[in-house]
Amino acid sequence: MVGGSLMSGLEATIAVERGELDLELDLFIGSDRTLALLGPNGAGKSTVVDVLAGLLPLETGRIVLDGTVLDDPTTGRFVAPHSRSVGVVFQGGLLFPHLTTIENVEFGLRSRGLSRRQARREATEVLGTIGMQEFADRSPSELSGGEAQRIALARSLVGAPTMLLLDEPLSALDATTRVEVQRNLAQHLAAFDGPRLLITHDPAEAFLLADEVVLIEGGRVTQRGDPADIRLRPKTKYAADLAGSNFLLGEAQHGTVQTAGLTVHIADRSLVGKVVVTIHPRAVSLHLERPEGSARNVWETMVTVIEDHGDRVRVQLGQPLGITAEVTPGALAALALTPGAAVWCSVKATEVVAQPR
Amino acid sequence: MKVPTRRVTQSAPPALVALAVIGAVFFLVPVVGIVAQVPWRSLPEIFRSDIVANAVRLSLIASVGAVTAATVIGLPLAWVLARVDFAFKPLVRGLVLLPMVLPPVVGGAALLFGFGRRGIVGGPLYDATGFVLPFSVWGVIVASTFVAMPFLVITVEAALRTVDRRYEGAASTLGASPWTVLRRVTIPLVSPAVVSGLLLTWARALGEFGATITFAGNLQGRTQTLPLAVFVALETDRDAAVAISVLMMVISLGVLVSLRDRWWGAHS
Repeated sequence: MVGGSLMSGLEATIAVERGELDLELDLFIGSDRTLALLGPNGAGKSTVVDVLAGLLPLETGRIVLDGTVLDDPTTGRFVAPHSRSVGVVFQGGLLFPHLTTIENVEFGLRSRGLSRRQARREATEVLGTIGMQEFADRSPSELSGGEAQRIALARSLVGAPTMLLLDEPLSALDATTRVEVQRNLAQHLAAFDGPRLLITHDPAEAFLLADEVVLIEGGRVTQRGDPADIRLRPKTKYAADLAGSNFLLGEAQHGTVQTAGLTVHIADRSLVGKVVVTIHPRAVSLHLERPEGSARNVWETMVTVIEDHGDRVRVQLGQPLGITAEVTPGALAALALTPGAAVWCSVKATEVVAQPR
Repeated sequence: MKVPTRRVTQSAPPALVALAVIGAVFFLVPVVGIVAQVPWRSLPEIFRSDIVANAVRLSLIASVGAVTAATVIGLPLAWVLARVDFAFKPLVRGLVLLPMVLPPVVGGAALLFGFGRRGIVGGPLYDATGFVLPFSVWGVIVASTFVAMPFLVITVEAALRTVDRRYEGAASTLGASPWTVLRRVTIPLVSPAVVSGLLLTWARALGEFGATITFAGNLQGRTQTLPLAVFVALETDRDAAVAISVLMMVISLGVLVSLRDRWWGAHS
């Protein structure tokens, strides 16, 4: 322990400037905790990964991992990336194109001094555990996005790092693969014994995988807390937009989801079991009479709160499903809605996004 | 690995094809012309002669020596030019590329003033050790390296600039030291460029004439390479000149064709 604290986990005070970006934030991640850093593109999320991994030195601040100082400009201490025990899953996987799948997994073992044969044996075992032995001799370009992502995760875990950083691990994947990889990722995160940092711009991902969410905008933290907290009490417009997406928990049963208040129809008939349902506020239509259209989900409710955001208006609805609708000021005027008014609401089944949890 | 591709028949504009044929014929005519002059009967005798055997040996030494020197000092130079920021970098890069545009004779003269017996480096070297570079086989290697190494440096530097540096970052987070990153990630990623750069260097060194004759002279058995032997033979023994020329063509063409298939075919 070199001048660190006794806390296990990550304690980081970060300040760097890189081009247009001026980044300043504090991060605390306890061992066994997953923190999601959620923010729009250009907020500085990937720079945080670079700083923690040691690819970009701090200008001011301090990074302490499990009591060991990794970077502290005031004392001049800087632990080079190859001497830090930090596993990183980079955006897009970043598998070495000139190596085969198994050589990618072996890379970390060999650079930590294992013999060729030992590394091969361990890497083979790792591929076996994740069920990908038959991909051993393939080149990364022959893998699908989901396969590449799993190999990238295995590669980062093989050296038994102290901390795990995941930079947009699911962003390059198509919707179907995403669900599968997300489940796989959730298992690995749970099994990993140490601080975990998940970088994402997708609130569903953050809320599903993380214990704690930190919102970052323009290089500054705008809100932090547990996912439920941010959803209920958004502090900025961005947070409100994220939180404003309606989240419901329920039980899927071949095309319907049983939620607390209502049975909701969904397009995906294959889903069964516990799910998170997302309905974007713009997908919720409001009507004065029972609508005649093709929407499968139609119910009557009451307006509770109307928030005017200028170019759009958010209408919070009451029982049976406390969700938010977003309409234009013109549409609101046409409906002449006020708090307490009765209203019909409809959502197409294809607009209801259900993901297993 | 060859992937079978479906051929798309593209109708080529006749005028374009005609000009392309003229272009190809332009290269073909001199080759056919010289091959037509080959004295087939006396070939074995010419190739067995001391002049040719020595020239072949010296050309191999010079070109392989230039490739070796370029690997040892040219690759690090390319890396530094691509990756390290320092003052006067454009000037240094210009200096490195100068031999490509300079008439080789001028290069040879400059080498004399630098590494010759009275040169700014060659002088003290001679005083201290009695070693003289010019007019020795070492001089041939120096002249070849001077003229040929820039081909490796620019090829590899360009490739290093286009490598996605995030791969190197990823390697370092996997525990690879800077040296390991260079050896196991950077160099493999630029290996096609390294191979073609070395090939160009070798080919340029093999054909080197002007700097060699100026700096190392034309001493048969000591500094007379194949191009110099051709130059001398053109005056004295036309048959030998033709034979050596065709020999060089065969060697060069063989290397170009075989390496092209092995290294470039897989990447294009």
